[in-house]
Amino acid sequence: MRKIRVLAAKPGLDGHDRGVKVIAAALRDAGMEVIYTGLRQTPEQIVNTAMQEDVDVIALSILSGAHDYLFPEVMKLVKEKGLDDVLVLGGGVIPESDVPAMKQVGVADIFGPGTATGKIVEYIEQNVKRK
Amino acid sequence: MSSFAEQLASWQARLDKSLAKHPERKKEFSTISGLPVERLYLPASPDQAYAGNLGLPGEFPYTRGVQPTMYRGRLWTMRQYAGFATAAESNRRYRYLLEQGQTGLSVAFDLPTQIGYDADHQLAQGEVGKVGVSISSLKDMETLFAGIPLDKVSTSMTINAPAAVLLAMYIAVAEGQGVKAEALRGTIQNDILKEYSSRGTYIFPPKPSMRIITNIFAYCAAEVPQWNTISISGYHIREAGSTAVQEVAFTLANGMAYVQAAIKAGLKVDDFGPRLSFFFNAHSDFLEEVAKYRAARRLWARIMRERFGAQDPRSLMVRFHTQTAGCSLTAQQPKNNIVRVAFQAMSAVLGGTQSLHTNSMDEALALPTQEAVTIALRTQQIIGYETGVTDTVDPLAGAYYIEHLTDEIEKRAGEYIERIDQMGGAVEAVEQGFIQREIQEAAYEYQKAVESGARVVVGVNQFVTQEPPPQDILRVDPKVRLEQMEALKKLRAQRDGQAVQKGLAALKAAAQGEDNLMPHILSCVKAYATLGEICDTLRGVFGEYQAPTTI
Repeated sequence: MRKIRVLAAKPGLDGHDRGVKVIAAALRDAGMEVIYTGLRQTPEQIVNTAMQEDVDVIALSILSGAHDYLFPEVMKLVKEKGLDDVLVLGGGVIPESDVPAMKQVGVADIFGPGTATGKIVEYIEQNVKRK
Repeated sequence: MSSFAEQLASWQARLDKSLAKHPERKKEFSTISGLPVERLYLPASPDQAYAGNLGLPGEFPYTRGVQPTMYRGRLWTMRQYAGFATAAESNRRYRYLLEQGQTGLSVAFDLPTQIGYDADHQLAQGEVGKVGVSISSLKDMETLFAGIPLDKVSTSMTINAPAAVLLAMYIAVAEGQGVKAEALRGTIQNDILKEYSSRGTYIFPPKPSMRIITNIFAYCAAEVPQWNTISISGYHIREAGSTAVQEVAFTLANGMAYVQAAIKAGLKVDDFGPRLSFFFNAHSDFLEEVAKYRAARRLWARIMRERFGAQDPRSLMVRFHTQTAGCSLTAQQPKNNIVRVAFQAMSAVLGGTQSLHTNSMDEALALPTQEAVTIALRTQQIIGYETGVTDTVDPLAGAYYIEHLTDEIEKRAGEYIERIDQMGGAVEAVEQGFIQREIQEAAYEYQKAVESGARVVVGVNQFVTQEPPPQDILRVDPKVRLEQMEALKKLRAQRDGQAVQKGLAALKAAAQGEDNLMPHILSCVKAYATLGEICDTLRGVFGEYQAPTTI
């Protein structure tokens, strides 16, 4: 069976990458293949990388408050490029009250501060759409 | 060599003289129960090891603090990092904080500003005004400090890659108020090396970045002598996941790289050394943190004296700002954060900080509300005015555990610095990804310890309760960007376009040559060239940094 492929991505100008790197390491230790984009990615760059790398999951991380603009932008491109079967997750400092709007544009779920990495591993394993 | 008794007598004599001019906060200090409190407590018979490793406050190696009276003379500067949305809104919060008894300002800029993009740049979409105030030109800076006399406050600006531009704007605003540059007091962070390793708001590659920094050192030594030209920051290194030892090691290694670059550029160590300042994190391991600040002071003093030949005592001192650990705050049961912050702040005070920011309880959720900011400031005031820890110098000195930790942190940080030396210094260590890897490994280890339960985080992996998410959080209106874009359009139409072009052309020529860039940046700023235009001009000459990705 093919390993689950995950793109860990930092959209926007936010430089906080502790969380995304910890999660990347945890997913890797759980047997997934992880590609990390590095900082300052535009939505176009992220979606293009996702296509090139043929990933099953995109994990977005933002702590700057710009998720309200950037997550919908990423999702718009995900749909345009026909990546509907890619599971997209969000994490970072994202107020609970913003979560419904993020889910509405197609982000599967949001994982806030204090989430155990094991919970994310389990979520991906259970919800990944491509098999 | 003089005996410790002679050293003490001479210290006392100098102190008496300065106390006659600048007395302490009170004539006599006593505990709540009326027991007298002395300025300084010493071992019964100080030996040579004591004299060499701890000594006297205000004297080499500064383990016991950088001033002889510490907080008996004056409390630390209570400086809350703030800024969001527009300059006008941030200006209102600054005035509010000053009215509440805050004693210095600390400006948070939004990410486009920190990365040198104007608010109307494409990459600024979704980011304008979010994590700080949006500043695109001198116009915004004038609004930001309207009604705040710049000769009376000290201002710290968290700005790195474009620090020269924001400092130039500050100087220009002061000039408009009739305040001379030599009267200005404050700090620019201006610490690019930790941006590459930990914080991410870099623009240019290391070499031209180091040049801009040494240009600032030289310019300020001549023109803005009271300004702290850099705040060498361990804060973000720790936030990115480092240990306390790594925080000290990587911060001081970065500091050494700046000193080396400035000396190489022809500056004398005692001309710029006194204006170097530091910035540390206050994390949750209370006694380790107290020891960390003491170890950092001693290690830096030794490095500056032994390696760089500094002689001015002010070049040897680690004067530092502290902020409580944002990464220790939990989104779960957020009121518990008030208690965490209080302990962390207390550790910074027991470690001898010169200024302090206390985080607000809601920062794991969003930008802090006014109520949360006020409680955070009150926490400092309670420590300063109620707890009594400010009444004697370095109160934990001599505790076996504290002195052991101080020695141990100094030793282990020194070993790291040796390894970095062998790589060729901090610039090389960052370019090779060494510092980034060390930090992320420590971060992952910490996370695993939390998840296995080996490390308890109250409300997260133990004592968990279900609770509704807080409703009252601060939001930045997305129309802030549209307003800023409109204002920029107006500015570009109204200013003298020729003066702007002339200024930018001169800046470009200077960047290609070897002139100090500061006077050119100041001319551009005064002609209302925007931050983005100035940084684009420099991008054209210097290029942009391409980060290696390490996971």
